[in-house]
Amino acid sequence: MKVSSLPVPDLDRAVDLAEARSRHQRETRRFAVALIIMSLGLILSAILATGIGRMDVGWGTIAAVALQKLGIHTALVDRTTDVVIWDIRLSRVVLSGLVGAALATAGVIFQGILLNPLADPFTIGVSTGAAFGVAVLVMAGVGGSFLGLSPLPLGALLGAMGAMAAVLVLSRESGRIRKETLILAGIVVSTFLSALISLIKSLDEESLSAIVFWIMGSFSGRGWIHVGFLLPYLAAGLFLAALYHRELDILALGEEQSHHLGVAVSKVRLHLLVGASLLTAGAVSVSGVIGFVGLVVPHLVRVLAGPSHGRLLALSAVTGALILIWSDVLARVLLSSGQELPVGVVTALLGGPFFFYLLKSRRSRGMW
Amino acid sequence: MIRVEALDLGYEDRLVLAGLNFQVNRGEFVGILGPNGSGKSTLLHALSGLLKPLHGHIVIKSEALGGLPSRLRAQILAVVPQSTDVRFPFSCLEIVLMGRYPHRRRLGTLTDADLVQALQSMRRTTTVHLKERTITEVSGGECQRVVIARALAQDPEILLLDEATSSLDVRKKLEIFEILKYLNETRGLTVLCAMHDLNLAALYCERLMFLKEGKIVVDGPTDQVFTPEILAQVYETPMEVVWHPGHQRPYAVMLPLSPGAVKAEEAAETREAALS
Repeated sequence: MKVSSLPVPDLDRAVDLAEARSRHQRETRRFAVALIIMSLGLILSAILATGIGRMDVGWGTIAAVALQKLGIHTALVDRTTDVVIWDIRLSRVVLSGLVGAALATAGVIFQGILLNPLADPFTIGVSTGAAFGVAVLVMAGVGGSFLGLSPLPLGALLGAMGAMAAVLVLSRESGRIRKETLILAGIVVSTFLSALISLIKSLDEESLSAIVFWIMGSFSGRGWIHVGFLLPYLAAGLFLAALYHRELDILALGEEQSHHLGVAVSKVRLHLLVGASLLTAGAVSVSGVIGFVGLVVPHLVRVLAGPSHGRLLALSAVTGALILIWSDVLARVLLSSGQELPVGVVTALLGGPFFFYLLKSRRSRGMW
Repeated sequence: MIRVEALDLGYEDRLVLAGLNFQVNRGEFVGILGPNGSGKSTLLHALSGLLKPLHGHIVIKSEALGGLPSRLRAQILAVVPQSTDVRFPFSCLEIVLMGRYPHRRRLGTLTDADLVQALQSMRRTTTVHLKERTITEVSGGECQRVVIARALAQDPEILLLDEATSSLDVRKKLEIFEILKYLNETRGLTVLCAMHDLNLAALYCERLMFLKEGKIVVDGPTDQVFTPEILAQVYETPMEVVWHPGHQRPYAVMLPLSPGAVKAEEAAETREAALS
């Protein structure tokens, strides 16, 4: 009897705690390493993507331009090369990376709060709503910029939130949002708004190709000023996402349990929806509607990094940036004629089959 | 601890419970009983702040429930629902750690205190061995025990259970109630559980509240209200109540609804057989 009263449970306790603690640290370390490696990959990709294009520029020239911008004068670079590398290529690469990060994190948020694996800015009509908002402003002749800020993202934001509200109202059945009807409503709203955008653009006597570029999304002719338009929206959206990442985990358990665990469900969900709309609006106002990034990236990252939203958001942002940078490179160079494809065509061509694979593969089915 | 005054509960146009008045003191172990549709879940939804009262007040620790900030409320009050459907493959430990949410700082890191509390809760519900498994792959009963561990990890003063052990086998049911009883006796945890199992209620609850047709019909100490008359009245079912000689708790024995009817049917059958 004496033997069995030894403090075995306490020993267990210490072992369990140490084990759980070291496991937690191991996971955190793995995440940090993955994030660092991917960020380095991102920087490398940005440099490589800047070097690829119709005009051949050497790596030395790119380095020279970069140093020049840092105030260090090296070998003289002619004006044309400087413009091509800095103002045309690099700005576009940076913009596509930021848009990719915005769309991917918006996808994570939409999937998390709507508990729907098919939700992303595109499928639930928010992207098209944003595009519609911009199209209306453009038609009304509102444009330009004010202190580096453009009214266009604001129009996109209003359009995004309007479309979101319409979709939520349409998909609500007796007080609950049904998963299937959510996507259906998204498609209805998105198709309708696409048609309206086409109409507006036709009335505005723009060519059909311009409409296609807008609806399929493109970075053609975008520069640093657009990076400036996007940045405040991206920063605000990412801030909200980071602030509520733990709530996103809990919201995955459903509304009731989130309430029981102390999450102020309505408030948090509203803030997150605003955050996701900010991200989408910012992205769409500079690049048009680009599908599949927000849908595929969160799934891909979830398979590799697990469901915890803190990690999911960070890794999705970097992955989204990587994917869109390279998609845009493909859009620039794919056609031998020297013409550009809308980048949305590339993401759909890459994302469609990949998403099909994800849906079919057993590992990701366990995720939902 | 909990005070309910002139409480009317319902959904839109349908009134489910009307004119409730009661008080639950710290350290009570209350069973909420009643037939299907009598409003047990509605009452628990209201007590957990999920359902806003149509009229009346719910006061928790001398604060109006509606006025308590969510996190503060979750520090006092934890809820175990009937069943849980989790779609994301969180590990069971991650699920239990979610119970620490109301206690954690917004952007703070995971502390040892959180881990200790989570692991202790898992040990109590015999789920420690599941901690690395994902919640999507454990069985229904295991999942329910993980959810109970999560509620305990909230370190609440009041625990509400809504048919929380219905899906568990006899042994697991008793284990859960032993934990509740232990926490009730040693920590003064206040327990309110809505349940269907009369004998489980009689075994552990010190006080029983019977709901029927939108009202509290009886509310009192188990040994006084767990009587054949009251049970028959509430459930419209003939019952006998026997006191177990060993542990001195009452238990109910159900009687067939209408023994006469069965006999009459048998007689009719034999008559038909004889005629043909």
